Amino acid sequence: MQSPVEIFQHSGGVIGVSWLMIALPLLGAAVLLLGGRRTDRWGHLLGVVMSLAAFVVAVAAFVELLGLPAGERRRAISLYEFIPGVADTGLLIDPLSISFALLITGVGSLIHIYSIGYMSHDPDRRRFFSYLNLFVAAMLLLVLSDNYLGLFVGWEGVGLASYLLIGFWQFKPTAATAAKKAFIVNRVGDLGLLIALFTIWSVFGSFAYKNLGAGAVQDALAGGSLSQGTVTAIGLLLLLGACGKSAQLPLQSWLLDAMEGPTPVSALIHAATMVTAGVYLVVRSGAFFEAAPTAQLVVTIVGVATLLAGAIIGCAKDDIKKGLAGSTMSQIGYMMLGAGLGPVGYAFAIAHLITHGFFKANMFLGAGSVMHAMNDEVNMRRYGGLFTVMKITAVTFFIGYLAIIGFPLLSGYYTKEGIIETAMEHNEILGWLAVLGAGLTGFYMSRMVFMTFFGKRRWADDAHPHESPSVMTVPLVLLSIGSIGLGAYLILGNRFMKFLAPAVGLPAELPEPHIFGVGTVGLATLALVAIGAAFAWFRYGAAEVPEVAPRGSFLTVFARRDLYGDALNEALFMRPGQWLTRIAVFFDNRGIDGLVNGLAAGIGGTSGRVRRIQTGYVRSYALSILFGAAVVVGALLYVGTM
Amino acid sequence: MPWLSTLMAVPVLGAVGVSLVKNDKLAKQVALAVSLVVLALTVVMATRFDPSSAERFQFAEVHQWIPRFGVHYGVGVDGIALVLIALSALLVPIVILASWHDADGTGAAAPPKRSVRTYFALLLVLEAMMIGVFAATDVFLFYVFFEAMLIPMYFMIGSYGGVQRSYAAVKFLLYSLFGGLLMLVAVIALYVVAEKNTFMFPELIGAIQDPGTQKWLFLGFFIAFAVKAPLWPFHTWLPDAAAQAPAGAAVLLVGVLDKVGTYGMLRFCLELFPEASKFFTPLVIVLAVVGIVYGAIVAIGQTDMKRLIAYTSISHFGFIALGVFAMTKDAGAGATLYMVNHGFSTGALFLIAGFLIYRRGSSRIADYGGVQKVSPVLAGSFLIAGLSGLSLPGLSTFVSEFMVLMGSYERYKVAAIIAASGVVLAAIYILWMYQRTMNGPTAESVKGFTDLNARERWVVGPLVALLIVFGFFPKPMLDVINPAVDKTLSSVHVTPFTPAVAEKKGAGQ
Amino acid sequence: MTTHYLVLSALLFAIGAVGVLIRRNAIVVFMCVELMLNACNLAFVTFARQHGNLDGQLIAFFVMVVAAAEVVVGLAIIVMIFRTRRSASVDDANLLKY
Repeated sequence: MQSPVEIFQHSGGVIGVSWLMIALPLLGAAVLLLGGRRTDRWGHLLGVVMSLAAFVVAVAAFVELLGLPAGERRRAISLYEFIPGVADTGLLIDPLSISFALLITGVGSLIHIYSIGYMSHDPDRRRFFSYLNLFVAAMLLLVLSDNYLGLFVGWEGVGLASYLLIGFWQFKPTAATAAKKAFIVNRVGDLGLLIALFTIWSVFGSFAYKNLGAGAVQDALAGGSLSQGTVTAIGLLLLLGACGKSAQLPLQSWLLDAMEGPTPVSALIHAATMVTAGVYLVVRSGAFFEAAPTAQLVVTIVGVATLLAGAIIGCAKDDIKKGLAGSTMSQIGYMMLGAGLGPVGYAFAIAHLITHGFFKANMFLGAGSVMHAMNDEVNMRRYGGLFTVMKITAVTFFIGYLAIIGFPLLSGYYTKEGIIETAMEHNEILGWLAVLGAGLTGFYMSRMVFMTFFGKRRWADDAHPHESPSVMTVPLVLLSIGSIGLGAYLILGNRFMKFLAPAVGLPAELPEPHIFGVGTVGLATLALVAIGAAFAWFRYGAAEVPEVAPRGSFLTVFARRDLYGDALNEALFMRPGQWLTRIAVFFDNRGIDGLVNGLAAGIGGTSGRVRRIQTGYVRSYALSILFGAAVVVGALLYVGTM
Repeated sequence: MPWLSTLMAVPVLGAVGVSLVKNDKLAKQVALAVSLVVLALTVVMATRFDPSSAERFQFAEVHQWIPRFGVHYGVGVDGIALVLIALSALLVPIVILASWHDADGTGAAAPPKRSVRTYFALLLVLEAMMIGVFAATDVFLFYVFFEAMLIPMYFMIGSYGGVQRSYAAVKFLLYSLFGGLLMLVAVIALYVVAEKNTFMFPELIGAIQDPGTQKWLFLGFFIAFAVKAPLWPFHTWLPDAAAQAPAGAAVLLVGVLDKVGTYGMLRFCLELFPEASKFFTPLVIVLAVVGIVYGAIVAIGQTDMKRLIAYTSISHFGFIALGVFAMTKDAGAGATLYMVNHGFSTGALFLIAGFLIYRRGSSRIADYGGVQKVSPVLAGSFLIAGLSGLSLPGLSTFVSEFMVLMGSYERYKVAAIIAASGVVLAAIYILWMYQRTMNGPTAESVKGFTDLNARERWVVGPLVALLIVFGFFPKPMLDVINPAVDKTLSSVHVTPFTPAVAEKKGAGQ
Repeated sequence: MTTHYLVLSALLFAIGAVGVLIRRNAIVVFMCVELMLNACNLAFVTFARQHGNLDGQLIAFFVMVVAAAEVVVGLAIIVMIFRTRRSASVDDANLLKY
């Protein structure tokens, strides 16, 4: 492996002002939040403009970066001293971060535009756009920061935006609960990330990526200041953080509930961008993971476990958004698997992340379009035959569908295939499990498409579906174009791998991607996908879909209940936690405070008894005086005799 | 110009003026004007402060007070004291503005009307004493302020508080007096044992060498500060006092008065008794970490808003104590910054809770629901204040909590990891409270709520602005704090933290 | 020799003390108190004689002054109590308790 090139200090040019990417959406959010109702009329437009402006800056920075020689494509911009002696605020523009920035601002802008239509009836549309802008700013800070502390600030910032947006319809108790759950589960991951940061600090005394490259880690290992155990711990703790944000096992439970948010949020945050931050973290921290093979292995295991779990959940969901959420989990599992496989895997993981950003956002927005047409109905058993009434939505959704199941020549085919092939080289068991996941993808995605767009109409009586306005369909079309061609563009000729090399290193041996691979693995994958799709057609396309879900087999119930993830969390953490809280409150009131009040009551009671001596009878006082005098005289006499 | 004496004299004179004014409204306006003058003076003084100066206590004034015992009127500030004085000077006008109707007998809670002038005069007297306690460089003078502060607070809780106000006020007073008594004994013993014939703090540093004596004196000071702060298990007076006090008084109680405890640990315990501090460090760290987790868990189980906020503060004071006794530069600076930020954060939480209670007349969480729908600005500012309570990055509390945990991790890994779990617990108690009060369907009793009015926005606005500004740009404060913390730690003689990599490199050379 | 005077003083004191303890009438109690005071005076004067200086006599004068003042105040109180409550018994005046 060739180690990444050093980081150059940069000034001037568009890259020099790339902080505008963060500042502009942040400004938009601030104006919309502080402006209040006065900005209601044009608030959404400002939101879109700010997002588009960030996109323009990102594109310009990207072009400028491409103009530089490949070896110098890592540009740091220091902005100001954040915590003196600990970390500065600065940005790092390199191929990895700019890829993310393009995805976030590009797909983000399309979703902003789409939301104008989708949220047009909501009285709080302005607030929605301010949160979206806030999210974009935070997410860009996450990926552009040149140090872990800045990353953490962005990391929590997107968590906040996610919290606000999931709970956007906060008057619904389910939405409020889902938002809170997402934040708290994420915080568990953040705890891991925090401790990883502390460990990095205690070893290296810095959070800046430039001091934490592969060279620095290897030196520290060789010099004995960093033990193998510590670097493995760092890797695992970072992974815990990544699991929280990316909804990987065991912190996956929040993502399905997060679908309570408006659909554009699900598309932007819970499919295309924020949930992939974990993958970004693992790739960005490649130096630690490559020095810790155990941690890498755990990353791949988590990835495979999640990709299967997500796929299984996706198979049983009747709620179209939850089905897509399961699919998102599963696809991020693929990325995580790739991220645990070293530089080749990184390139495929990030490429899959980008193409997934397109086709998943495409499908989520398509689902939103369907819901918009069906009076916010999410149950696919109440859909059916929608192809004829909403052609644009159906066709774009279908393109996304083909991309995700890995239909040859479409985006997902190249990127997912790359991850599976690379995994196969590392570990055959993981590889075949990933193939199995691809087959499941073929099943549950086909099921979704057949239940929604084909078959008999099972609509509610008052449903009158219609195609969505063009402000919603144009983003769909643009996203579906990305879903078609982006994969081939990135993967063929190792274009993306070479582009990414300055950030993550170039593998010693480059894979040889084909336009259509004919290896065993590739063909097996395709065959499984085809079987899955055919089975779905058999069950949900050709056959009648009952309007009420049948009870289903043990496996179906298992999947429908999210693999009992919530039940497990409840049994292991929530209920014991509630008991602990109750016991602690009881202990505080009766134990500690009881002791204090008991002491006070004891003193009070004693004094109450002692004061009875004051009878009010002068003669008894006189007797006690006499007694006291006698004692004093006695004592004096006693002392005198000594 | 005697800056610090002026800062104390102005509010005292103001208090006299306020109590002489016959008209209640005018009294409030005078009080506000006086507190703003103090704030302006403090800002001017702060700009004249030179963090890099070799002179440790600036704006120093020393006069003989009781020459027979070497007691001085000695005041002066270093960076630590300066930021805490600035915090006090900032919070008082905000509290005055927020408490505008607290003594009027209006509002849904409708406590009986009481003397408005007395309330605002007490606030100003309290301000003078808060400034004095942080400015004192004479141990005896510090003790005098430390005890005298109780008097105005006792009356504010006892006369203007909620239903159980007298219970709470007496509990507060007895607890504090108990700690103060131990401290008085230690102060006198310090004078006697040091044999310097002075109470001046700078001259007493290093005066006590015998480790055994140090330990006893340390305990005398420490228990007083632990009660004041309050550290677990000396904490149970705080929830009662904070819940019964009017919101404004609760802000000053938790935001500033309690900081005297942690400030005292940093200034007096560490510097006067360095060996004893090191000896007792494991104990204090255990108490701090237990307090962090315990306070958070008990906070989750609260049903009363103000009690809940009080318990979160107990958790936060655990963080501060942990930072002080970790004795690293980052943790010390973080702890000092934490004291200031916690004042902003808890101040905002208490005040907004106060606005809610003013509207609804109850502090029970169950009596609310869906406030966001009717009062979005109120709910939004409550959320920001709450998020600062859970140390969300981008808000200033994050910087301090991060520095405390990071600095503690440099020396005490296990303690820091356990303390870090407070991060998760904080999310639970804040967001759950927010959900129960602000989210969900709008409760019947909440429907008539008005949003924040202009006065209330002026209360909340500055706090939120400061939380955000210092969240992204904490450097101005840290530049003032860092040299002072360095100086403190240098008189404790601890080896500074060096990262493992640099350590190896140093050894190799 | 002065021993006899001291014994007399002790006897007078004991009589006064017993009187205070067992008698109920306020006037009698009062007189017993006076008796104790004067027993003390006797002891003081005796000691002055014994040691050959005037300290004890000096104190005796102080005691007399105090006793006189006490009689003025005390009798006034007793008379007032008797007027309002029609009783001079010390056991009846027991309201000031607990």
